[in-house]
Amino acid sequence: MASGFFFQAFVYLAAAVVAVPVAKRLGLGSVLGYLLAGAVIGPWGLELVGTGGDDVMHVAEFGVVMMLFVIGLELEPSLLWRLRGPILGLGGLQVLATSAIGAVVAHLLGLPWPAAIAVGMTFSLSSTAIVLQTLQEKGWMRTSGGQGAFAVLLFQDIAVIPMLALFPLLTPAGAATAAGTHATLVDGLPAWGRTLAVLAAVAAIVGGGRLLLRPAFRVIAATRLRELFTAAALLLVVGIALLMSAVGLSPALGTFLAGVVLATSEYRHELESDIEPFKGLLLGLFFIAVGASLDFGLIAAQPGAIAGMVALALGGKALLLFLLSRAFRMATAQGLLFALALPQVGEFAFVLLGFAATLGVLSAEVANPLVAVVALTMGLTPVLLAFFERVVMPRVGTTEAAPRDADEVHGDAPVIIAGFDRFGNTVGRLLRANGVRTTVLDHDSERVEVLRRLGLTVYYGDPTRLDLLKAAGAERARVIVVAIEGREQVRGLVETVHKHFPHLTVFARAADRDDASELLDADVTHVYRETLDTSLRLGVDVLRHLGHRAYPAGRAARAFLRHDEATLRELAALRGDRSRYLSTARERIAELEQLLLADRAEGGVERDMGWDPTTLREEARES
Amino acid sequence: MSRILLLFAHPALDVSRVHRSLLGAARDVAGITIHDLYEQYPDFDVDVTREQQLLLEHDTIILQFPIYWYSTPPLVKQWQDLVLTHGWAYGRGGTALKGKRLFCAVSSGGGQRAYSPEGFNRVSLDRYLLPIEATARLCGLEYLAPFVVHGTHRLDSGEIAAAAEEYRRVLEEARNG
Repeated sequence: MASGFFFQAFVYLAAAVVAVPVAKRLGLGSVLGYLLAGAVIGPWGLELVGTGGDDVMHVAEFGVVMMLFVIGLELEPSLLWRLRGPILGLGGLQVLATSAIGAVVAHLLGLPWPAAIAVGMTFSLSSTAIVLQTLQEKGWMRTSGGQGAFAVLLFQDIAVIPMLALFPLLTPAGAATAAGTHATLVDGLPAWGRTLAVLAAVAAIVGGGRLLLRPAFRVIAATRLRELFTAAALLLVVGIALLMSAVGLSPALGTFLAGVVLATSEYRHELESDIEPFKGLLLGLFFIAVGASLDFGLIAAQPGAIAGMVALALGGKALLLFLLSRAFRMATAQGLLFALALPQVGEFAFVLLGFAATLGVLSAEVANPLVAVVALTMGLTPVLLAFFERVVMPRVGTTEAAPRDADEVHGDAPVIIAGFDRFGNTVGRLLRANGVRTTVLDHDSERVEVLRRLGLTVYYGDPTRLDLLKAAGAERARVIVVAIEGREQVRGLVETVHKHFPHLTVFARAADRDDASELLDADVTHVYRETLDTSLRLGVDVLRHLGHRAYPAGRAARAFLRHDEATLRELAALRGDRSRYLSTARERIAELEQLLLADRAEGGVERDMGWDPTTLREEARES
Repeated sequence: MSRILLLFAHPALDVSRVHRSLLGAARDVAGITIHDLYEQYPDFDVDVTREQQLLLEHDTIILQFPIYWYSTPPLVKQWQDLVLTHGWAYGRGGTALKGKRLFCAVSSGGGQRAYSPEGFNRVSLDRYLLPIEATARLCGLEYLAPFVVHGTHRLDSGEIAAAAEEYRRVLEEARNG
């Protein structure tokens, strides 16, 4: 038994370790890598994992639950509130319209109405796991298309609950008893009792999260046993998942809620870094399981029908999504991103189709091919997004025409700014104000459009791409300002520049010390931590507020800056390979301790002896 | 009544007993605008428009600073370079400051005897202030004798208080005269 488990674990892990780097190398993203790995080791590939894929799927679905917990942690309630319009409007319309049209299509294809409605609702959902993973990986979360997709996914996750509640009502008379297999604690209760139980569970999560969890985590953190904190974090997620299942709600929604409640707590980052590896592994497992569950036999038996259904689902949903993006005034490129990100059918479909089958709403002959269709649409999503990135983005970059003025385009702007968000745009504005021409690379099409309208030379797309850099004149520029966000992206861009444009001087933005150390390791000399100067300025103003003189306070801050930069460089040299793993809160504290000690030893403050009359006074007194 | 602008420049006021006292005395005199240059421009980014406006609004300008290495602190020089522009303070049409008065209020580590023909520094302190006197002349300002606190390193607190009292009297006279 144990060796069987180890063998299975070996197969899954090996598949992931081999397939994902290959897929990333090919620019396909990790999700497709996992899916392909699953297909290869699955019953229709090397037959290394058998039909046990279903059990793995159940474990792996927990990855989705954890992902929503982590997403919740990253979402402050205020952001959620700000997104309420898109969530309800865009998400609500998408689910309603797709369900309705899907049901009609399914009915026209020969399903009875109850089954058709179940299929329509199932197919209205998209895959939170695949889409969010890919959007984050590509750095598209902050674009309006990405935000729209996120809002729709959130609504869908919530919409699963009423769907699960509705399905039993679709049960044809006589088949109702079959529903008994999906037992929950609240089954015996009348309708109002169930509602009450659901409300109580949600209240318990919100209330408990606010009142109980913080003190509990404080006690656990005080033990200073790292694994205990990890265990507590896992316990929390598992516990909420159990509670939610008990009252018949989606575990994913429950943990998402708990995440949001804890987003403002001081343990947010610790929870995140503890759950993150489990989430990553389980999500990977989930994608592998999806790949392995692809029933190639079924597909081979009726390739035409399956392909037709896949095309119909993807095409229909994408069209509808694009129309919605128009109605909500997204720019063309963002609308296309939105439409091409969400047309797959999501992982909840496996749950819903299974549920519908046990309820007798769908027969196995109908449900099984649909499962294959769902898996295929998920598998095709990374391909669609790669298509968007490679083919759509360079062409429909923006609806605004590129600047006409020939020497604006071909003129050799000495500076390329990669990334024009709040960081890059300040750099760009300063340079522009001083008559330095810049070429901007940015992947937010709406921002690009505005910048172009204002006459800036802007290239739209992923700044880490070699062809885009070439097009932007990297061969003739002198400086590249790396102002994009995201560790991987920055690292990729720096590598590309060093390899292909060694003459360019890199000025790089770093999020924090870790980031800065990594950049220094990558031979970038000009590294700028994004919050350092601001916090020093704030410090100077505090000193002034306390009555310190402005000029010495300013000198002290500049001395501190030099000292801190020197320390950073020293520590970076010491840390070497360890730097990548320096991610836990405790290690950060240890580093802070090291820093404070260095401040004390080397004296972050220099005394200005030239102004100090003490020794002169002593000498005058003696003479 | 003369409107007085006291331009104060000290890079390290925390370690100066004399200028803290002098400044305290000046604060006690009503109707003086005290303009602390190092506090306003710690980055040396002198706001020219604002400085010129201040000069226009006053009749008597006092430059108060410690003598370091026989000269003004660098910010005073920076202030002169940027504020006293051609066509405004001097040259064709440069009459903005014409008829106003200017004097220095300075401290020196060396004693009065060091600043004499027999002393170590050979000449009186006035001579070391010649660049400012010439500046005043070029800008049409009337240049008055400086207020000097000599031998600051040897002064005890009583003597410093006396110097401050004297400074208050000079300022009041300048204001009333």
